[in-house]
Amino acid sequence: MTIDGHGLDAPGGRQFVASRVVAWRRLRALCWKETLQIARDPSSILIALVMPMLMLFIFGFGINLDFSRLRIGLWVDDPGADAQQLAGALRASPWLDLRGFDTRAEMEQALMDSQIRGMVIVDDGFSRQLHQAGGLAKVQVITDGSEPNIARFVQGTLHGIWQGWQYGRSVDRGQPYQAEVVLEPRFWFNPTAESRNFIIPGSITVIMTVIGALLTSLVIAREWERGTMEVLLASPMTRAEFLLSKILPYYGLGMISLFMCVGVARWVLNVPFRGSFLALWVLGSLFLLSVLGMGLAISSAMRNQFNSAQAALNAAFLPAVMLSGFIYEIASMPTWLRGITHVIPARYFVTSMQTLFQFGARWDLLWPDIAMLALTASILIGVTARLNRRKME
Amino acid sequence: MNFVTRIRALVRKEFQSLLSTRSGRLLLIVPVVLQTALFPFAATLEVKNVPLAIFNEDPGRASVELTQRIAASGAFKPLLPVWSEAEQEQAIARRDAMLALHIPADFSRRLAAGETAKVQVALDGRRSNSSQIVLQYVQAVVDQFMRDRAMLAGRPVPADLIVRHWFVPNLEYPNFILPSLVAIITTIGALIVTALSVAREREQGTFDQVRVAPLSPEMIMLGKAVPAVAISYFQATLILLAAIWLYDIPFRGHLVLLYFAMFFYALALVGVGLFISSISKTQQQAFLGAFVFMVPAILLSGYTAPVENMPLWLQQLTWVNPVRHFVEVVKGIFLKDASLARVWSLVWPLIVIGIGTLSAASLMFRRWEKS
Repeated sequence: MTIDGHGLDAPGGRQFVASRVVAWRRLRALCWKETLQIARDPSSILIALVMPMLMLFIFGFGINLDFSRLRIGLWVDDPGADAQQLAGALRASPWLDLRGFDTRAEMEQALMDSQIRGMVIVDDGFSRQLHQAGGLAKVQVITDGSEPNIARFVQGTLHGIWQGWQYGRSVDRGQPYQAEVVLEPRFWFNPTAESRNFIIPGSITVIMTVIGALLTSLVIAREWERGTMEVLLASPMTRAEFLLSKILPYYGLGMISLFMCVGVARWVLNVPFRGSFLALWVLGSLFLLSVLGMGLAISSAMRNQFNSAQAALNAAFLPAVMLSGFIYEIASMPTWLRGITHVIPARYFVTSMQTLFQFGARWDLLWPDIAMLALTASILIGVTARLNRRKME
Repeated sequence: MNFVTRIRALVRKEFQSLLSTRSGRLLLIVPVVLQTALFPFAATLEVKNVPLAIFNEDPGRASVELTQRIAASGAFKPLLPVWSEAEQEQAIARRDAMLALHIPADFSRRLAAGETAKVQVALDGRRSNSSQIVLQYVQAVVDQFMRDRAMLAGRPVPADLIVRHWFVPNLEYPNFILPSLVAIITTIGALIVTALSVAREREQGTFDQVRVAPLSPEMIMLGKAVPAVAISYFQATLILLAAIWLYDIPFRGHLVLLYFAMFFYALALVGVGLFISSISKTQQQAFLGAFVFMVPAILLSGYTAPVENMPLWLQQLTWVNPVRHFVEVVKGIFLKDASLARVWSLVWPLIVIGIGTLSAASLMFRRWEKS
């Protein structure tokens, strides 16, 4: 057994023993105590093993940015043949769920009530106007601007159908309209451009953030609240041992749930995973340590479970969703906000998970993320260590 | 002591435990302020500052004109010239570019000959949603390019659609996000306050003192509900003020209607929170319960992704999600001046959820009482 310094009491009060050496036997005992505590309260097991699965399925099925059938209202004022043909083309489109209305006011009310997301209005005089060259035909598209993303897709989809119809019409009339420039898009890494393939890797980040914060944000505060912190302080335990005993069991639990998430994503949700397990282990460990560090730092700062819970919820969950680049593109944010996103560990894990899943373990692309995660992990654990020292004095 | 005095005493006690410490007070305000300041700028699916790589093999004038038009469109920044396929691949892989245009050597020649010229667009599929939006931007520039060339040459131009966006004409994201944030951020406050407070008292042993007092479980619940509802109103008002005065988002509907609906939303949240607290023994369990409810409730509210994209069974399941209904209420009243009938159609589910969770909670508390 290693020789530990004797518990030197500072003049002001209790303090962790000055020795920095870790006594492995004591550490093992402390970890065992923490593990027993985890095992005794079923909620920790629920957090680590059941909740990730639940969340992964919610993300997998619930967050879908691919619009399948847009609900659109159609109003045709023009009795001409062209107008009827256009209506036919709209009805035939697999992208639209077209709805008819008895009055125009009724259709507008439906848009107000979010029953439909857009309307197509073919005004009287449309067929006549079509035969004149150039300019605007009298087709209006009105979208529900209160849902900007849907509005954009409505606009894009209707534009595509409209152009297709015009092309078909020009072919019928024997003078096919030929586009001068054709774009040939190709989506690398994700050829079908399925949103699930990028949402799942990102959501594993959100899940791990939440799990990490949940697991650790209460543990130190709980010791304080129940008075067991005094007992621990009175023991010859070092600060390093204390921190390690709070980190290691939860690290083990967290890694199990990370590998479970990736496994379910790969084999149940069928999201391609092209990375290596080594890369996943390295990145996952560093990220998990950052998240556990954040939870422990909050817990040490608050010393009160109620406040810790509130702070952890606010510091972990919403920033991981909003500021990590998981759905919202970081490049589109204003410069000052882009600066803030750099302190959020989830940001680095989101990009590296997207690369790992869809591209592969390209170390040349991953090392900047690894470096930043190593930095955030050491800062957050360092902060926890500091907070625990100051509190002792 | 009569009923009102007892409740008043309970409510005062609750407020005291919430507001007595500095960190407790700060936690009710700081997150709201921070999130209101940051998230409207973050939550945009609009794509700006898109780094674009251009691999132009065509020496002709037409390709130069096309690239200049793309540069002038303002969405793309910076433009990164590349000289080989390999460089193009590297730029996308490293995220130096979200997309790369490859203009082949015969681009100008084909245009001059009246043939169709092809431009290859490589996009980063790891970010497929942004890539698809960016592709629409490029397509719009190309369409305008062709239209202008046709006009110059005196060829017929295909007619265009007239597109208008109602309610938020420029499709600004803050207008969409802030009303939703009213619903999202207040969720955390109301839920934590109710879900953890009973567990905290149980852990600290003060709950026994409350239990031996001449109070029915329903009165204890009422004592917990009043501060939670008050906090919801307070936090929501903060965000509303910021939305209207700082972000200049026009408030089109009736404030009274919004505050009326908010009462039932807060009550539904309190119901969920009290139910969680009635089944948890420790604060950690209550915290877990709050999370298990909140994460799906927020993510499936239509705020991150539209409800109509979900599979039908999940859409139907979201009916029990109070956040989903209230997000619609706030957006409807705020942006669309929703009618009373519309608001009512969203409020009655909240009332049903509230009654359901509150009676479940009181049932659990009564069972607890007997044990």
